[in-house]
Amino acid sequence: MSKVSIRDLTYSYAGAPSPSLSGVSLDLPVNAITVLFGPAGGGKSTLLRLINRLNDLVEGTSRRGQVLLDGEDLYAPGVDVTALRRRVGMVFALPLPLPGTIRDNVVYGPRLAGVRDRGRLAEIAERSLRQAALWEEVKDRLDASAFSLSGGQQQRLCIARSLSLEPEVLLLDEPTSGLDPISTAKVEGSLFALKESYTIVMVPHSVQQAARIADRAAFFLGGELIEFGEGQQVFTAPREKRTEDYITGRFG
Amino acid sequence: MKSSRPRWSDLAVEALIRVLGFSTVGFVLLIFAFLLREGLPVFFKLPAAALLGKLWYPTFGKFGGLPLILGSLLVTLLAVLIALPLGVATAVFVREVAPRWAREFLKPLIEVLAGIPSVVLGFFGMTMVAPLVRQWLGAPTGLTVFTGALVLAYMSLPTIISVAEDALDAVPRSYRDAGLAMGATRWQTTWRVVVPAGRSGVIIAGMLGMGRAIGETMAVMMVTGNAARLPLDAAALFKPVRTMTATIAAEMGEVARGGIHYHALFGIGIVLFVLTFLINLAAARVIFRRRRKGGLR
Amino acid sequence: MTARLVVQRLGFLLLGLAALIVIAPILVVVAGIVVRGIGAISWEFLAGMPRAGMKEGGILPAIVGTLLLTLGTAVMAVPVGVGGAVYLSEYARDTAFTRAIRLAIVNLAGIPSIVYGLFGLGMFVLFLRFGTSILAGSLTLAIMTLPVVISTSEEALRAVPTEFRTVAASLGGTRWQGIRTVVLPQALPGIITGVLLGLLRAAGETAPILFTVAAFYLPQLPHSPLDQTMALPYHLYVISTQVPGMPSGVQNGTAFVLLALVLLLNFAAAWIRRHFRRRRPW
Repeated sequence: MSKVSIRDLTYSYAGAPSPSLSGVSLDLPVNAITVLFGPAGGGKSTLLRLINRLNDLVEGTSRRGQVLLDGEDLYAPGVDVTALRRRVGMVFALPLPLPGTIRDNVVYGPRLAGVRDRGRLAEIAERSLRQAALWEEVKDRLDASAFSLSGGQQQRLCIARSLSLEPEVLLLDEPTSGLDPISTAKVEGSLFALKESYTIVMVPHSVQQAARIADRAAFFLGGELIEFGEGQQVFTAPREKRTEDYITGRFG
Repeated sequence: MKSSRPRWSDLAVEALIRVLGFSTVGFVLLIFAFLLREGLPVFFKLPAAALLGKLWYPTFGKFGGLPLILGSLLVTLLAVLIALPLGVATAVFVREVAPRWAREFLKPLIEVLAGIPSVVLGFFGMTMVAPLVRQWLGAPTGLTVFTGALVLAYMSLPTIISVAEDALDAVPRSYRDAGLAMGATRWQTTWRVVVPAGRSGVIIAGMLGMGRAIGETMAVMMVTGNAARLPLDAAALFKPVRTMTATIAAEMGEVARGGIHYHALFGIGIVLFVLTFLINLAAARVIFRRRRKGGLR
Repeated sequence: MTARLVVQRLGFLLLGLAALIVIAPILVVVAGIVVRGIGAISWEFLAGMPRAGMKEGGILPAIVGTLLLTLGTAVMAVPVGVGGAVYLSEYARDTAFTRAIRLAIVNLAGIPSIVYGLFGLGMFVLFLRFGTSILAGSLTLAIMTLPVVISTSEEALRAVPTEFRTVAASLGGTRWQGIRTVVLPQALPGIITGVLLGLLRAAGETAPILFTVAAFYLPQLPHSPLDQTMALPYHLYVISTQVPGMPSGVQNGTAFVLLALVLLLNFAAAWIRRHFRRRRPW
């Protein structure tokens, strides 16, 4: 059973000459890492933002097709968007700590959702930071400013922040693009551990990263889904020529 | 996940914020409405010819507004004439010429000027400038159009400087770089390239400065002598005059509520409101048009 | 030295001269008022009641009156102004109505202070029957201060990076939650600076309070918002133009106190702006 289903999705920004996504259909499996890869402008980030409806904040767009979570249409009238975003978390390309302490950042989501009990918040903080492989490094300085952390640590903090709400799906948009190789490895390592409990959808920042961690891989080009299949298969024996060209570096 | 209860506190807050956003329009309309309410009667009770007459002697029933209008215009135009070149030059100096350390105390000082209450400037003008004007220029009391224009010019300077600075900021760096790359000196670049590019900004500065000056009350009241005469002869510059604003301020305290004098003063208020409205509308149009076109002119 | 460089030197000199002509009098005015006024300052002057038709004693009621009016202005202008700014920055779309709001703000900013006085007289003193009172005066000053507060607050809100709002939304926050928990706190220093700048203008204005609240010789402190009160700007105006034989010490002293109050608010605003700009995490 797939966790997230995209059905024939076409999406355009206001005033754009062509759609960002054209007739995309995709099933994202539960408890697995699915990567969306391809050259810039292919619609991958847009697709991520459609799953947690973050694109609601942009005006003048048009959309056809469906996005389903556990079989339910996310764009049906009456859907509570804020509740949705607690089930589908997102990590962005640049580390974006909120102004405040490390602790403030990690428990921001639960606090907004109404959790007040200090003890519970502390538990949530520890659990999330452990899951993001950051606990050992910050457990003694939770009250330090989030900006005192290194770039890699900040990004793991953002991951912990998203995890604090115990979402079912985690969306990551080039989460390691600004990070050094060691931090990147740590992030990838935590994703491997997380996929046992979460559905992970990620836009990698390189084909190599995609090949390292993908259980499933989807290749996007110009808004169209070209190929989708098992990770190993897509990267070693792609079915489509365009996929192969991109992977081998003939373009992109 | 489907339609959980909307958070009422959120909706209430958003509704409140929307109302507050709309309030400004409400206030403008309210102000205009009240001015009309109290001021329109004078336009019905007196014919236009009388209202534009040359004599303002309310005690004798004469409500000719011409001396007041001309008084305001004269002082204002003179003030802008003084302030605009000074203000633009200062803005150019601060933005393009002055070294960083100089800017650090120039800008706060201009802000201080913006904050000095008009009554304090009027007091200063009255006690320290007017005597000088009297001594050097022979005016009997030193309270003249010229003194008023001087003080008013200084009060308009912060507005003009700020708008001119914004206009200069809006000129892209590439313009300056291009000028210098062609071998022009910084002066030539500034004078021939940057300032013309910010031309519309200078116009806006002048308009907003005028709007500021024409609406000023206390300072002019204290230094222009408050004589409601027509400033039409050559020496008018050094004779007293009265502005529309000063008239309202000086006479409203003594009028009978509901009498024709009372309505006349409100009528002057309507004129002032409309005048500044038109000036600001024109300036805003220029600003919005410039922004929408994305260019500099 | 080539001719062009000579021209440049001259040109820059002229500009510097203009700047000097602008700046020097500011210093002269401030110095003049300080030097001539400071002599009159004494504890009795600041904290005493006026006597003998204002020629002796202190100006405490005027100081208190100005402080009360400023407070009243703040109470009314800040919520409406910051609320309006939040609307414009966070909620408003680019429609004709939003443009109307912006036009209204520009116009409110340009209305002469004496016209505000007329409006205050017509609406608050007469129509709503508040009479000449602190209430009427504060309301008038508050509407006059609104444009400044809205403009500077909106700028402060817009300066907060959009990314924070996006992050807040992605963590399940409603728009207002994001504003309340992240945007507003980050914009607060800029908002406070704007409020202080607006208040210092309100404190120094005479024309709006001429017909709405100001009294000249009230040797007692106000008890309720419906009382009249003395106020520093009006006081200075009257004692320098209407009262013959007023000792110049009283005049200069009053001018000094008013200027000092305004400059204090000015420095506070500038300090807040500078201090928090350096500490911004973005």
